[in-house]
Amino acid sequence: MAGIDHAPPPFFKRGPAPLALLTFYIAISLALFIVDLRFRSLNLLRQSIALLVDPVQRAAQTPGSLVDYAANYLQGMQALQQENHELKHAQLNTAPDLQRMLQLETENERLRKLLAVKEREKAGGQVAQILYTARDPFSRKVIVDKGQQSGIVAGQPAIDEAGVVGQVTRVFPFSAEITLITDKDQAVPVQIVRSGQRSVVFGLGNGQLELRYMPANADVQVGDILVTSGLDGVYLPGFPVARVINIERDSAYSFARIFCAPVAGVENFGEIMVLDPRQPLPPAPPESGSRESGASSDKALLRQKKRATKGN
Amino acid sequence: MQPTFSSSRILLPVRPWFIFFSLIAATLLNFLPTAHWPGMPDWIALVLCFWSVREFRRVGMGWAFLLGLLMDVADGSVLGQHCFAYVLLAYISANLSRRLLWFPLLQQALQIMPLLLATQLVQALMRLAVGADFPGWGYFVGPLIATLLWIPATFILLLPQYRPVEQNPDRPI
Repeated sequence: MAGIDHAPPPFFKRGPAPLALLTFYIAISLALFIVDLRFRSLNLLRQSIALLVDPVQRAAQTPGSLVDYAANYLQGMQALQQENHELKHAQLNTAPDLQRMLQLETENERLRKLLAVKEREKAGGQVAQILYTARDPFSRKVIVDKGQQSGIVAGQPAIDEAGVVGQVTRVFPFSAEITLITDKDQAVPVQIVRSGQRSVVFGLGNGQLELRYMPANADVQVGDILVTSGLDGVYLPGFPVARVINIERDSAYSFARIFCAPVAGVENFGEIMVLDPRQPLPPAPPESGSRESGASSDKALLRQKKRATKGN
Repeated sequence: MQPTFSSSRILLPVRPWFIFFSLIAATLLNFLPTAHWPGMPDWIALVLCFWSVREFRRVGMGWAFLLGLLMDVADGSVLGQHCFAYVLLAYISANLSRRLLWFPLLQQALQIMPLLLATQLVQALMRLAVGADFPGWGYFVGPLIATLLWIPATFILLLPQYRPVEQNPDRPI
């Protein structure tokens, strides 16, 4: 220091010059940045640091969850009774459908067998608790409390009681990171329930989703429900994803701009279900055959599939 | 060493464990759920900047790099993002330290502000360059609040180094 210092300045042993050190560290940082972003080969480094950081992070979250717990505990009996009453009511409402579902499923299975159609995959999974949202303001991700120890692998879809929430993108020993469907450019292959048309819906990063590569005259209406199409081999077909809220048809562009809102409580906290990975799809036919039927949506799907394999 | 170079008060030497402790405490503060509140400062950047200014022989770019790596994993951001910003912050604040400590606290804070802003800006630019979404102007409010916190932070972090005002003439130190 320029003022009075207690330790004598190290005249002879100074180590590398600050500028050299700066260059060295910045080169490493940039290399890490590029390797992590483009090649995603630093998972081992990330996992080992996460093993160290994760317990501390969970401990740091406890004050907040304690407050939540206390608020829940002190909630009035009346509110609980009312909630109980409403839940019973809701259960009774869905009872007729639920009771007949078992019979319908067996009937469906039998009919499919009769028609020699491949049986539908059963949806199974495990419930996971959302621990906290990742602090990174540039992306939309949450951390859940199940990880490699519970057999979670990257790529598994996650749903809540209303629809698709996101997809597992990174797995740590005791936790996993789920990228929400509203994350920028996170893609989900979907099907419009009303018309049966296939497409891919992309997150916009602002809480909305956009249905891209739909021609300007496509048969889409405000209020249409999009469900997973299941063509990607990641999401099981039939889970609600989003609802169309706004359509901009501009004749200057060949595609319509279709904005959707997620059906599931994507920004909510609570419990979600991480679905088991799907059985592998049958091998794709050779390249020449697929080119003939290469509609724009198919190409988009293909691109999405590539993204999914590269990204996970 | 004095609180500022123009002050006549002489401080005790800093204890290395206290530097370590304050950096760990800043990391914990960053991990708290309050980190999602708008305008929350990046505590690590503030404390790191403080020690880089005051004790650049003990806290330098090595610490900045390690803490950056920790924050990258904890945040779920791209590895190297915080590393880059913190290393740059540590380097510039160490270079500034000879001049900065001649100023009173308020003027120090004013000179620290562009550094803290640059730390956020560098991260934003890195992510925007590779296709992330703009996080909104609220992202840049944190450093401004951290600038205001420079004055209390100086008092708190220098607290263990102050000596009692009334001294026993038989025991000068």
